[in-house]
Amino acid sequence: AAAIPMTAYAAVEEAIATFTGGAAVGDAGVTLTAPEIAENGNTVPVSVSAPGATSILIVAAGNPTPGVCQFNFGEAAGAQAASTRMRLATTQDVIAIAKMADGSFARASSEVKVTIGGCGG
Amino acid sequence: MANDVKPRVRVPKSAKAGESIVLKTLISHPMETGLRKDSSGAVIPRAIINRFTCEVAGKMVLDMTLEPAISTNPYIEFEAVIEEAGDIKFTWYDDDGSVYEDVKPITIA
Repeated sequence: AAAIPMTAYAAVEEAIATFTGGAAVGDAGVTLTAPEIAENGNTVPVSVSAPGATSILIVAAGNPTPGVCQFNFGEAAGAQAASTRMRLATTQDVIAIAKMADGSFARASSEVKVTIGGCGG
Repeated sequence: MANDVKPRVRVPKSAKAGESIVLKTLISHPMETGLRKDSSGAVIPRAIINRFTCEVAGKMVLDMTLEPAISTNPYIEFEAVIEEAGDIKFTWYDDDGSVYEDVKPITIA
């Protein structure tokens, strides 16, 4: 993988820490679906699902600004799942962190290979 | 400036009481990241939709925070539980203060 500046790593850790409040993050309970290879980084489909979650954060670890979006589910949500489309600057890991109703956190990540980067690079 | 912003939503006309339905939304918007530069090298200022909400009969379904990494013409798909007939209200909040709304009625089959 291409060298990612340390500042970018720091920003990713900071984004996650802001969301979790520094709590421990488990592995099970959240599903992240993203393509293995994205030909066009300008529009990469991504889906997350975490039954029992109150919110899900999506972070793109290799983007100039790592935040992608945060879904907060309300009382009328049919499922703690959502899909959207994101921009990826380069090949990188996409991370989803779910906050469960009991206050615990779960994490999933997936590497997406990007052929043509988005974000206007 | 975001011109010609047009929200589009796909909502079933009716649902069974207690049924979970899939809602699909798309809004035409440039989602300028604030990272790009124009031909003269000046940074193009950020202009994105930063928040999206959906309510069913006044109950929150989804409150989403959007960052510049969301694609142009943001597409969002999610599910809502329909307990009774009423309006499904979709709201998008722009960086420039604009608020775009769409409301679709749904009936109980």
